[in-house]
Amino acid sequence: MSLQTLQGVWWKKVDASEKMWIGIALVWCLILFAMMPLWHLKGGQNPSFETYRTTPEQFLKKVEAFVAAGPKAGEEKGLPVIAPDPKTEVYMLGRLWQWYPTLKLKKGETYRLHLSSMDLVHGFSLFPLNLNFMVLPGYEYVLTITPTTTGEVFVVCNEFCGIGHHQMVGKITVE
Amino acid sequence: MEAVYRTCAQTGLKVHNHAERLIRANAVAGVVSILFGGIAAVLVLLTRWPAVHLLDPASFYRALTFHGINMLIFWIIFFEIAVLYFAGPIVLGSRLAWPRIGWVSFVLMVAGTLLINIAILQGKADVMFTSYAPMQAASYFYLGWILFAVGALVAVCNFFASLVVAKAERTYTGSIPLVTFGAATAGIIAVVTLAHGAIIYIPTWLWSLGIIEKIDPGIYRLIWWGLGHSSQQINVTAMVSIWYLLATLTVGATPINEKVCRSAFLLYILFINLASAHHLLVDPQLSPAWKIWNTSYGMYLAVLASMIHGMTVPASVEVAQRKKGLTKGLFEWLAKAPWGNPGFAALALSLSLFGFIGGITGVTFGAEQINIISHNTLRITGHFHATVVAGTTIAFMGLTYYVVPLIFRRHLISTKLATAQIYLFGIGMTIFIGGMTTAGSYAIPRRHWDVQFATSLFQPPVEAAAFAFLGIMGVGGLFALAGGALYVLITVGSVLFGRRVPDTPGAVPLAAMPQDKGQHVPIKGTTVLVLVFLASFIIYYFLNWKWLAAIWIVK
Repeated sequence: MSLQTLQGVWWKKVDASEKMWIGIALVWCLILFAMMPLWHLKGGQNPSFETYRTTPEQFLKKVEAFVAAGPKAGEEKGLPVIAPDPKTEVYMLGRLWQWYPTLKLKKGETYRLHLSSMDLVHGFSLFPLNLNFMVLPGYEYVLTITPTTTGEVFVVCNEFCGIGHHQMVGKITVE
Repeated sequence: MEAVYRTCAQTGLKVHNHAERLIRANAVAGVVSILFGGIAAVLVLLTRWPAVHLLDPASFYRALTFHGINMLIFWIIFFEIAVLYFAGPIVLGSRLAWPRIGWVSFVLMVAGTLLINIAILQGKADVMFTSYAPMQAASYFYLGWILFAVGALVAVCNFFASLVVAKAERTYTGSIPLVTFGAATAGIIAVVTLAHGAIIYIPTWLWSLGIIEKIDPGIYRLIWWGLGHSSQQINVTAMVSIWYLLATLTVGATPINEKVCRSAFLLYILFINLASAHHLLVDPQLSPAWKIWNTSYGMYLAVLASMIHGMTVPASVEVAQRKKGLTKGLFEWLAKAPWGNPGFAALALSLSLFGFIGGITGVTFGAEQINIISHNTLRITGHFHATVVAGTTIAFMGLTYYVVPLIFRRHLISTKLATAQIYLFGIGMTIFIGGMTTAGSYAIPRRHWDVQFATSLFQPPVEAAAFAFLGIMGVGGLFALAGGALYVLITVGSVLFGRRVPDTPGAVPLAAMPQDKGQHVPIKGTTVLVLVFLASFIIYYFLNWKWLAAIWIVK
């Protein structure tokens, strides 16, 4: 029983059915492990590791330059809508409680999306697509993304960032 | 402080009075914490349920912070300290090494609990369980964490010191029992965990006082999760030890191979804490190599350990039952198990819900890339309600129904009600978890006041199915809350009003050990069960890769 001390030699031979299960479980564990490097080689969805140190001031300047350069495709809810050229650098910042600016992208084209925060930790969640990344102040995170669907997707903040957290929703339109 | 011993008439164990009193004190603090956390759970559930949407945003975030910390830290760790004081001095028939220090650590933990809870209720710490810097709470909130972590660390050291005392004073011979071994494993993991707590909260406290200028948010998250996730690994380890204990108490089970069980615990010590990486998989500051190695607990060797326990615990039950003559077919041993015993009901539900739901979702969402479609959605909260609530908490509840008669020496006011409580809570949690996790796969965020986005800048359309699953979550949650309330009622009611347990052997029914005739007992039923588990695991795991492949291309 599990409450008794063990006397003498207690490391018995392992039973065959136990051995079989341990063997199967170990093989399964190795498959679980292999899937992640394999997906880096063959899969289309992998967390980026292109990260730069930044400051809120530096990043804000980059975002402002990006918005000024356009091309601007109008304005929505007081936010500029930027329709950047494919294969270019695209910027979005998170701050209390807004994603800035909104974007208009093209399906099947690839963009380098730079993300950072002006203040607290935010969560970049494409809704309802369900694609999630963290946005930390002081870190400029570059995601190379290719939209594969058209229509409107929303950028929901999914890391708690204070009393207005639930208001923080941005937008990306894909044509 | 004078040491007085009594011999337990039920178990024959020699019980040190200070160890027993400290077990009682910590168990009471644990139950008070689950009551606090449960009251907050009512408010959180009724706000998350879109059809009700009870609280205003500020109250919701406050209630959620309060719920998380009271449940994940106070309830669990107070109870675990009680388990350590039992599994060390009492199981080994020894004294608690430092009774006075035991009380000091308890007071520190209670002081930390009070500071933290007061800070939250005053609205000075609306920062969630994780308090991610640079979000800042009042400094006494951080001080509370430090006091609690130091108190718990001292209590764990007291447990280790008691092991040394027992060995030195020869209160036992041979090797320590498996339950003590498992508890020692939990203790080692607790030291690592609580040290992370101290390492992160001391600078954060100094930062809140203005002494340190800046806390890097990336480093904060890295070290904080060494506390936040690893504390849940103490739970896993303590829970597995309790599985072995409940199997012994309820059906007279003996571990089928001590070498295998103990090696699996050793794998936990070596690898399980790496899994704090689960929270950092879509963070900018860490490399894929770091993420893959750590999130896989070093090639999933801690998962291997859980899969081993997942077989050896039911196998020990099967062997004990078969030795009693329940040998018909594959599952007579299971069909005729003591399902009316709350301890056994808790063992069965905790083991299967932890394994089938908590374990499978945890490993799947913890795959580096699958985390892209899980992180910070309700999938994650669904997962950890399956591990920490359906797994750990149900195991703790089942054990409570032995702690009350054996340590508080009061009969349960009703064993039938206690059994019903376990089923009500378990079934309610299963429905709740199913609704929550599935809603999460529609990208419904966690920690969010209004998933209908009524007051946000843009109003994303939410699929009707997502609302349906949130409704299922709400209904299941109500059942679970009723089960949780019943737990507190039965426990408090029995301690205050239960009949005294007389000092006569057999007053508390404990399972007899079946006779060992040395024959080989097959574990065919368990083999079938674990293969069904593996098949579910494989299907769910690869379904998630398929879902992942359907989203945008990102690298």
